[in-house]
Amino acid sequence: MSGNPRTLAPQLQTVEIEPYYQPVRDEVALFESAHRRRLPVLLKGPTGCGKTRFVEYMAWRLKRPLVTVACHDDLTTADLVGRYLIVGNETVWVDGPLAAAVRAGAICYLDEIVEARKDTTVVIHPLADNRRMLAIDKRGELLAAPDDFMLVISYNPGYQSVLKEIKPSTRQRFVALEFDYPEAAVEAGIVATEGGVDAETARRLVKLAELTRNLKGAGLDEGASTRLLVHAAQLIADGVEPAAACTAAIARALSDDPEMTGTLDDLVRAVF
Amino acid sequence: MTARRLFSNELEERLDELLFASTSHRSAKGIADGLEKLTREQQERVLHWVGVAAQSYAEVGYLVASLAPRALARLDAAGFEAWVLAGLDAYDRQGGQAAMALLRDLDGFCAARAHAPAAARFADIEVRLARFIQGLSGRALALSAGAFPHTDTETVFLPAQLASLPTQDENRRLYKATAALLWAQTRYGTFGTAAVGIEAALARWPDRERALRWFAALEAVRLEAVLGAELPGLAAEIAALRGPWPEGLRAAAERLGRPDAAVSQTLTFLAECMAGEAEAPMLPHAGAIDLEAALRVRAARQERETDIVRKALSTLKGFGGRQGAGESSPAVNLEGGKLEFSLDGEALALPPEAQAAAQSLLQDLGELPPECLVPAGPGAWQPTEREGGGEDALTSHREPHRRYDEWDYRRRAYRRDWCHLFEVDLPPGDPDYVVKVSLRNTAAIRQIRRRFEMLRGEDRLLGRQPEGEEIDVDALVEAAGDRAAGAEPEARLYSRRIRCERSLAAMFMVDMSGSTKGWVNDAERESLVMLCEALETLGDAYAIYGFSGWTRTRCDIYPVKRFDEAYDAAVRGRIAAVEAKDYTRMGVAIRHLTQLLEAQPARHRLLVTLSDGRPDDFGDEYRGHYGVEDTRRALQEAHERGVRSYCVTIDRHGADYLPRLYGPARYTVLDDAKKLPLKVADIYRRLTT
Repeated sequence: MSGNPRTLAPQLQTVEIEPYYQPVRDEVALFESAHRRRLPVLLKGPTGCGKTRFVEYMAWRLKRPLVTVACHDDLTTADLVGRYLIVGNETVWVDGPLAAAVRAGAICYLDEIVEARKDTTVVIHPLADNRRMLAIDKRGELLAAPDDFMLVISYNPGYQSVLKEIKPSTRQRFVALEFDYPEAAVEAGIVATEGGVDAETARRLVKLAELTRNLKGAGLDEGASTRLLVHAAQLIADGVEPAAACTAAIARALSDDPEMTGTLDDLVRAVF
Repeated sequence: MTARRLFSNELEERLDELLFASTSHRSAKGIADGLEKLTREQQERVLHWVGVAAQSYAEVGYLVASLAPRALARLDAAGFEAWVLAGLDAYDRQGGQAAMALLRDLDGFCAARAHAPAAARFADIEVRLARFIQGLSGRALALSAGAFPHTDTETVFLPAQLASLPTQDENRRLYKATAALLWAQTRYGTFGTAAVGIEAALARWPDRERALRWFAALEAVRLEAVLGAELPGLAAEIAALRGPWPEGLRAAAERLGRPDAAVSQTLTFLAECMAGEAEAPMLPHAGAIDLEAALRVRAARQERETDIVRKALSTLKGFGGRQGAGESSPAVNLEGGKLEFSLDGEALALPPEAQAAAQSLLQDLGELPPECLVPAGPGAWQPTEREGGGEDALTSHREPHRRYDEWDYRRRAYRRDWCHLFEVDLPPGDPDYVVKVSLRNTAAIRQIRRRFEMLRGEDRLLGRQPEGEEIDVDALVEAAGDRAAGAEPEARLYSRRIRCERSLAAMFMVDMSGSTKGWVNDAERESLVMLCEALETLGDAYAIYGFSGWTRTRCDIYPVKRFDEAYDAAVRGRIAAVEAKDYTRMGVAIRHLTQLLEAQPARHRLLVTLSDGRPDDFGDEYRGHYGVEDTRRALQEAHERGVRSYCVTIDRHGADYLPRLYGPARYTVLDDAKKLPLKVADIYRRLTT
């Protein structure tokens, strides 16, 4: 039995090509400042408003590798930190994504943090305050995060479940950046660039989104997100007839209720 | 639950109960005999609708009961419902005689139903249309059936039925086009702005009716073009429905059919039309213009909204202690259609209600009336707010069970022991009510049970357990790895299937204010039946309390089901007894129920309010801002104590104030009370998974 088992650290990729991101307010400067000051960041905002894209863009800008973990309710501490595996006749330690990110001084992005089990969330606490430490109990190792390491988490405050809330002890460790759908003109620019449609089509798509967002709380939980608009735009750019593209990518994606989809169809037809 | 047919004597007893107020002292015996042959499902349906009809007018209920066997022989369930509703519609609009005539003319009804597949009915598309209009606009517009299509700027009135086009689909589109044009009237300045007075312009012509008809037609031309800029699809649909412009409007289409045309141009053109002899051409989709109603409603709204904005601004300014003479008025910035206020270069954030009011004023007037930027006088206390008091005259001499503080936003402090709370027992109601509701909704309840069973049966495979039915391979591999690496191996190597412990206590707070009388109360009670079914299946701890009251000295809470009570006959009786009482002083009810909820040993505590409107109480004080602020405070207190709150409301203006009370994601507005029973279990499911 060797005293020091082999360690497998996953290779982390840096973001090579600049991801398209349209800054809306001062979020880029804030994020850079937080990175310089080694502060963790919490991104909150509705689904599909650009949180994940923003992190990719920042990783590229700061030239750091990016590790993204989509949280779910079975995510254990070992899934984040790492575990021993047996390979042949030998034990090998495999770093989890969080430990790998800490070692490499990467940006670790925990998407939809509220979905993770409460006991899992706690492992990020020492990383998210001035200690900047990750405890790997199994190895008796206390990993100090290099200056470049940055923890980013996101959540959607629009969730209604009482069981899925972010605990104050977690959220109060983070610099919080609030995201929302951008202003109409900016959003139209994003849709045109990302979706590959002309300015007029993009403007109409954004108009449609505005109409659906008026229905939030009155039959819809959320209005159409920028992501849905981009999907519709991509279908249109691919030759799908605009109304059909909107029906498929937006109206049907928002609701199953027949009356509601009827209304959404009406709105699609009103714009196209 | 037996589903056998009811015998004549049982039917007679229940009919007597429903129809006791009938003036025709005929016995229900004959009717009961007639109903005996129906299936139990049909019997329950008839009894339900007899009850509904009798609430409006006992004679109509009597007639429904006596004609029901004949009606059911010719109509299916939906047809039967439509027949009764048509009768009640006629009663609401034209009175008892018309209702009886319509119900008796069963042949006529069946023929109309069979031969009018092309007609579109307002009732069928109201919800879809209302949402469509809400989607188009920021400001809420109500929809209502009316004699002719027009709008008073707050409600869009549409005819109960449209049959002028050959197919039902076209008639439905006609509804949509008409509603959209009426919406556009309120949105794009048909009723004038601060700069353009329509009334003065129209007063020039002695034949006012003719002028209004021309005005409506010309506006239809202008608004279609204006709509086309933002909503080209809608404009194209309207254009397809109306066909080519009639001869008399060709010139108008050329001059006014531009996306930037303003109402002043319509007025200029109107003068030319009125100079000629011609009548205004009839357009199928253009509503009429009821200028008096529109201006009256708008003036009242402007006054109300000016007041709201002014008060909000002066409260904000008061914070800085800068209130007083020589103060500069806030500046208004209108860039990009967004309304922003600033004072001395500092941005002012208005409460959402005031922001909405300002936006609405802007939509009506094209500017903010200068008076709303003038401070509302020293302090926000308005003498009028204290009027209509006399509340102390109503002081009860009973000793309350508890007293609660109430938040006074003007003092920014609590009024100590201000509300007197009484827990009042509900008298047992109809013991069979729950059974009847269940029978009528068998399918829905079966569905609820199935869904919630799935939720409860959401067994989870828990890994890494000290014991269990299976080996957890991941854990085993890890332990072997640990041992090989010299670390102490983990002993928890099994997986076990367990039922997930939900540990959740839910409190349902039911609005029993006077405004819930009728449909809303029915819907609330049916919802409670559905909820009980769902929660019994699920096994969550739950309680139901009704609340109502009359001033701060009589805040009543009616226990329907306490946490420690089973869903038994007594609880069922109390569900039946939930009825519309007085007012809605919400804050105190929330505080009391929070206390009860806090005592529950659960990890998650949830307070769900079923309501039909904003907080309100007798006298002016609790209505409006005060009540909203107190309720908001009470909800914050609850939040601090770990109670999460959610609101389901049937108030279509709910979106104006609910975000301030519950937060942006913690409420649902239903547009139709009838949907409440079917939706509420779903909402609960979404909240707790």
